[in-house]
Amino acid sequence: MHPYLLDRHIEWGVTMVNNAELKSNEPCLLDVKNISKQFPGVKALDDVQLKVRAGTVHALMGENGAGKSTLMKCLFGIYYADEGEIYLEGKKVNFTSAKQALDNGVSMVHQELNQVRQRNIMDNIWLGRYPQKGLFIDEDKMYDDTKKIFEQLDIQLDPRVKVGKLSVSEMQMVEIAKAVSYNSKIIVMDEPTSSLTEKEVAHLFKIIRTLKERNVGIIYISHKMEEILQISDDVTIMRDGKWISTQPAHELTTDKIINLMVGRDLTHRFPEKTNIPGETILKVEKLTAMYQPSIQEVSFELRKGEILGIAGLVGSKRTEIVECLFGIRHVESGKVFLHGKEIHNDSSHDAIKNRFALVTEERRSTGIFGMLNINFNAVIANMEEYVGKYVLLDETKCDKDTQWVIDSMRVKTPSQKTLINSLSGGNQQKVIIGRWLLTQPEILMLDEPTRGIDVGAKFEIYQLMIELAKKDKGIIMVSSEMPELLGITDRILVMSNGRVGGIVETKNTNQEEILRLSAKYL
Amino acid sequence: MLNSITNKARGINKKSALTWCMNNAIFLVLFLLLFIIIVISPDFLSVNNFRNILTQASTRIIIALGVGALIITQGTDLSAGRQVGVAAVVSASLLQAPTYAYRMYPDLPVLPIFVPILLVIIITAVFGFINGFVVAKLNVTPFIATLGSMIIIYGINSIYYDRPPYGAQPIGGLDARYMNFAQGSFNIGGFMLPYLVIYATVVTVFIWILWNKTRLGKNIFAVGGNPEAAVVSGVSLVKTILIVYTLASALYGFAGALEAARVGSATNNTGNMYELDAIAACVVGGVSFSGGIGSVGGVVTGVLIFQVINYGLAFIGVNPYLQYIIKGLIIIAAVAVDTRKYIKRK
Repeated sequence: MHPYLLDRHIEWGVTMVNNAELKSNEPCLLDVKNISKQFPGVKALDDVQLKVRAGTVHALMGENGAGKSTLMKCLFGIYYADEGEIYLEGKKVNFTSAKQALDNGVSMVHQELNQVRQRNIMDNIWLGRYPQKGLFIDEDKMYDDTKKIFEQLDIQLDPRVKVGKLSVSEMQMVEIAKAVSYNSKIIVMDEPTSSLTEKEVAHLFKIIRTLKERNVGIIYISHKMEEILQISDDVTIMRDGKWISTQPAHELTTDKIINLMVGRDLTHRFPEKTNIPGETILKVEKLTAMYQPSIQEVSFELRKGEILGIAGLVGSKRTEIVECLFGIRHVESGKVFLHGKEIHNDSSHDAIKNRFALVTEERRSTGIFGMLNINFNAVIANMEEYVGKYVLLDETKCDKDTQWVIDSMRVKTPSQKTLINSLSGGNQQKVIIGRWLLTQPEILMLDEPTRGIDVGAKFEIYQLMIELAKKDKGIIMVSSEMPELLGITDRILVMSNGRVGGIVETKNTNQEEILRLSAKYL
Repeated sequence: MLNSITNKARGINKKSALTWCMNNAIFLVLFLLLFIIIVISPDFLSVNNFRNILTQASTRIIIALGVGALIITQGTDLSAGRQVGVAAVVSASLLQAPTYAYRMYPDLPVLPIFVPILLVIIITAVFGFINGFVVAKLNVTPFIATLGSMIIIYGINSIYYDRPPYGAQPIGGLDARYMNFAQGSFNIGGFMLPYLVIYATVVTVFIWILWNKTRLGKNIFAVGGNPEAAVVSGVSLVKTILIVYTLASALYGFAGALEAARVGSATNNTGNMYELDAIAACVVGGVSFSGGIGSVGGVVTGVLIFQVINYGLAFIGVNPYLQYIIKGLIIIAAVAVDTRKYIKRK
């Protein structure tokens, strides 16, 4: 059915699509109508709509830059929409701040969690509206109320624990509990599972189902197709700031969603694997990190032209392996051989000299220099190459190399002097990968290289990895995404609680085996 | 149609003009100040006055360029002024005229002037190295680390200074060669160009090259912009911070030696509070306290603004206490405007 027609039917209460799915005779909980937003030079939102029904999960999908975040910011009054109206339970609303939205029952669980890490859970939940007993804060009431909400949501946490001590998933639970404490009718979840393990995702989904029973409408923003199809009732897809379609989830498949999102047929999510692994270049023997709990006795080999995946649950110390190899984490014992010769990477400087490269997991905190331009960001790891006569830098060479990064990585940017902060996540990631390619690495380690990146850019990064493998580089990719591990690697090392659960050939393995290995030492 | 295009163009012009003003606020403030002073007192517009301003600004530019690099690495230096004091006292004590009656070292032979100057640069560089060590290795916040060393250095300087036989006497009677080193001028076809201005220019050019054209410069900005990303990129935090603090202190040492000769004497209070002037000049000149942002041109302009205020307002007879208020307001206003550049637009 034409999306436009579908929309009409919801509005007029004609139940043509599916009675059970779209209870169209009841009004929408949240109705966002014809929102447009113009930024200098870009139309970020163009006549976008979104209808969320009570007691359902409404997935909002689109590539990075499709306008999902902008739409949410308009909803929360962080941006002012140029056109359009928003109705909450049939009443027109126009929030001017996130606080106001919160007070009216619209809340958001952020992708980057904003919590006061030095304070405890209940302080965070009741922040800004502490219950008072006369002049003083009523700690007991705060504790009891928090406990009550936790019980409803089946969260096993002590409200008096400091937020800084919680895992990412626990912090997220606290955020959700906070939303519930505001009696939120609409909860927006922005990439809620991006750093959760499968088990934690299951718990999150359980909580989401509880919220559904309480008639809360959930707007669920994610890039993960499998999850969307599993948890959501309706799916709205956006592309280039435009509304493309809204359909019941059960009518969709991964391929259909991708088609709608990218507007072209992406029949394969992964490029064809044409790299052929050769002889061993890197041998790691019983690598143990200094400050435990961390990795213990990790041994593996990496071959020329091979893509080795590192899988494991969150907290299984996958990142620690690449950090130890790169010299930014202290090693207690173990040996590393490159081309059969033992090497010691005691600092990142040594590692770079030994032709290692590491694209880190947290692009924002350990990757980019946000306030500095693309040129600076591209050449910073390769400085040795640019020191010319009389210790002055060879700027022509810097510019030439930066241009190479922009061209070969297909970075979308007006110029080399553009601040990297103004690029999209995918383009920032390409600059970072380019930075490391300039150092001519033999061993390229990528930690969650496609996190928070849209489908198109992901494909390009996979392609690049295969190209590099074909040029005889050894590639190590840490990832939480099962399809990616199974789709792109040659072998997978599965971490389990700091140890190697097993190393498997990708073509002979499956999701179940990997999960089984990752639970080996739990 | 045409109308809408011109409207649009006008809109853009208006916006870009405003952006230009924001980006160059510091220069506008400088010119506005000069303009006001000149309107009130046209006599101000003389070569002599400008030479005086530049001369007085010279040592401060050298100090501010040292502090500026520290601020870019997310650091700061409260001990700068006291280090200037040590350098002034030590170099003055070693360069008193042989004919002067109250010499600290009556039997000291006449030294070539570069010896004491080099010596004080080395002494302050050691202080700077220790500051850097405490910041980089012991992970003490720069504010606290240099607050401590500020007090310690004052103590050391006072012990050295306040000794028998003459006790806490200003160290005066400086060697004529030493005085000339700071107070002299080149005579260029009748125009007198003070040596101090030349020293400040040389240091400025040197620091400009260091910040913009060398690997160390890139590392300073990387460490300040995102320390964790810098480590991953192979930049050594410890090494960069040690070098930056040591270099900054060497500059204070040179400035201190010049300051004693410029004034003609030194006490243990020479240089007191210079660090605050230097920090103020840096932030007014657009160096960001959150690190990673700053330029040599900005720092120099920042120093000049304060010197114009000091000299110009006194010239037109503004109440000295009112001058403090104006200075304070300029610091706050300059940073408030500068911050707008980096605030996320909504």
